[in-house]
Amino acid sequence: MSDAGALPSPSVGRFGLAAPLLLFVGSVALYVGVALWTGQTKMLEAEGVVGLLQRMVALGIVAIGQTFAILAGSIDLSVANLISVGAVLASYVMQGRPEMMLPAVALVIIVSAAVGVLNGALIAWLQVNAFIATLGVGLILQGLLSASFTNFAGSVPKEFQALAYGGWGGAPFSVIGLFVLAALASVVLGATKFGAHLYAVGGNVEGARLAGIRTDFVTIGAHVACSLTAGVTGLYLASRLRSGAPWVGRDGVYDLESIAVVVIGGTLLAGGRGGVWGTLAGVLLFASLDAAFNMLGVSAYPKLVLRGAIVVAAVAVYAVRSRDLVA
Amino acid sequence: MTVVLDDSKHASPAAAFARQINFSVVVLAVLYGAVGLLQPSYLEPAGAMNFLRRAAPLAILASGQVFVLVSGGFDLSVGSLVTITVIGGSMLTANDPSKTWWAIGVLYAIGLVVGLINGAIVAYLKTPSFIATLGTLLSVNGAAMMWCGGAPRGYLPDNFRMFGRFMFHDVPVVKVFPLAVLVLAAVAALAWWGLHGTVFGRRVFAVGDNPRAARLAGVKVETVRLGAFVISALSAVTAGVMLGGFGGVSVDVGLGLELQAIAACVVGGVQLMGGRGTVVGAVAGALTLTALFTLLTLLGLPQPLKETAQGLILIAAVAFGAWRRRRVG
Repeated sequence: MSDAGALPSPSVGRFGLAAPLLLFVGSVALYVGVALWTGQTKMLEAEGVVGLLQRMVALGIVAIGQTFAILAGSIDLSVANLISVGAVLASYVMQGRPEMMLPAVALVIIVSAAVGVLNGALIAWLQVNAFIATLGVGLILQGLLSASFTNFAGSVPKEFQALAYGGWGGAPFSVIGLFVLAALASVVLGATKFGAHLYAVGGNVEGARLAGIRTDFVTIGAHVACSLTAGVTGLYLASRLRSGAPWVGRDGVYDLESIAVVVIGGTLLAGGRGGVWGTLAGVLLFASLDAAFNMLGVSAYPKLVLRGAIVVAAVAVYAVRSRDLVA
Repeated sequence: MTVVLDDSKHASPAAAFARQINFSVVVLAVLYGAVGLLQPSYLEPAGAMNFLRRAAPLAILASGQVFVLVSGGFDLSVGSLVTITVIGGSMLTANDPSKTWWAIGVLYAIGLVVGLINGAIVAYLKTPSFIATLGTLLSVNGAAMMWCGGAPRGYLPDNFRMFGRFMFHDVPVVKVFPLAVLVLAAVAALAWWGLHGTVFGRRVFAVGDNPRAARLAGVKVETVRLGAFVISALSAVTAGVMLGGFGGVSVDVGLGLELQAIAACVVGGVQLMGGRGTVVGAVAGALTLTALFTLLTLLGLPQPLKETAQGLILIAAVAFGAWRRRRVG
């Protein structure tokens, strides 16, 4: 591990800080520009900005986990289904009773970690392609969930709704939580042995193995991290919606969107390069876009068309200068 | 190494033959056998033909997708192309059978444009195909919804729907022969020739295996990528025209087909990230998945548990394939 120091630090993407910073500036400019142009200056006051940040929370949490999976050279298509599982389990176990909050949260965390171990073990030990393994696990989870629940199940108590609706002096707990989680992830990636090994495995799995890294444990660890964030996103959605339904994850398209924001944020889809700050910048872009479309009053279908084009443009803007051959 | 050499020296001809055949063919035979046990009509020629007819759209998608996968990319836009083909077909024909051929021409033109856009974004803007085609998936779906105003109306004329449902009668041996199976055979043969019998096909493998080496060897990587995405998009339009004859016009007719097509290819031994795969494997993988869906329906599983079983078998098939590859090399 003599070249550990040469590994990219988590906040520095493929083009130094360029990609996250460019995205951040672009997103803010878009949001401010549209707010000024449409004369909705109220959106620039504290309340509007907090609203924008709140739009980031659900996708942001799971995208941080997806960053771990992708950095390790893997991918996780099961997150949307796991989010639904987390949301439904939480509200079903709680049934509106505050004393069941702790057991419910503990159960969701344990189930998520188990799904992460399953994903990682299928990929690392059974050598199942990550795309297929996580797609398959997602189908299994969704099938079991939809067979057991057909509608909103149970409810969460008032105390638990504080997670989504409470806050300290204007700053919602959820937004604070998102940034604390991002900082934590950034430290894990940049300052721990596990983080260094993650970049090594993602960059060259055979090389990492020859260097003595237990690559299987690294892959499993990355998937556990990813699944845990999906479980937490499920908890957050249950808190926000006051109950969980088996379709909340799929409706949010969290699987493809979390992958999209990770790549938009400058993390290589093949693994080994990137970091969480880029991912957060990608999430900010998506949130600003949604807010801007709302302010402009763009209707649902043109919004979809524009969103597709902007996803591509956001990556193309800096990818086009790359000399690497991509596929 | 010596173990491997010994193994091959003493292996029986049967074992040597087993090594040659595509693994998904074995899974297909087992699954189809189970289908036949539960519903013997599937073992008669007419039942088998009907099975092939229903498998045809996915098999056609897989034979196009395999070009992109072998070249090292993904094409996630095919499901949305199927949707816009069906919706566009009903909007363009407006219940007038005389407009069918013109409409199909326009739909292929749309497919060509989407394929070129996908290919150009990947080849010239250097954007990973997963993102590029995810973007076109969103945009094309949005465009389809805009086209029909959110709620599709009208029906496809009968001569548009014949590709999915027309049967030749009084055919020797099989008695009935669906037009869809004929189209599938033609598309698969064309894809097989394109991937395994032309210089272009060799270049697709070269680009998927090692793009830098391919470029140094004088291959125009950009053109090859463009070609692969165009082939995939055109196959999606073909599958869409066929699916138009299967059911009604709806906005979710293509939903999730892109992942099914990729899964079919992987079950058929196509390697993601490029360099390895066959058209025969892709088609066999699509038939395997269809046999699986049929079996789960025959078993009377409730819809959600079908998904669970599908996930289990998908993982098991690929895990077994990986294990077998490690053993026999």
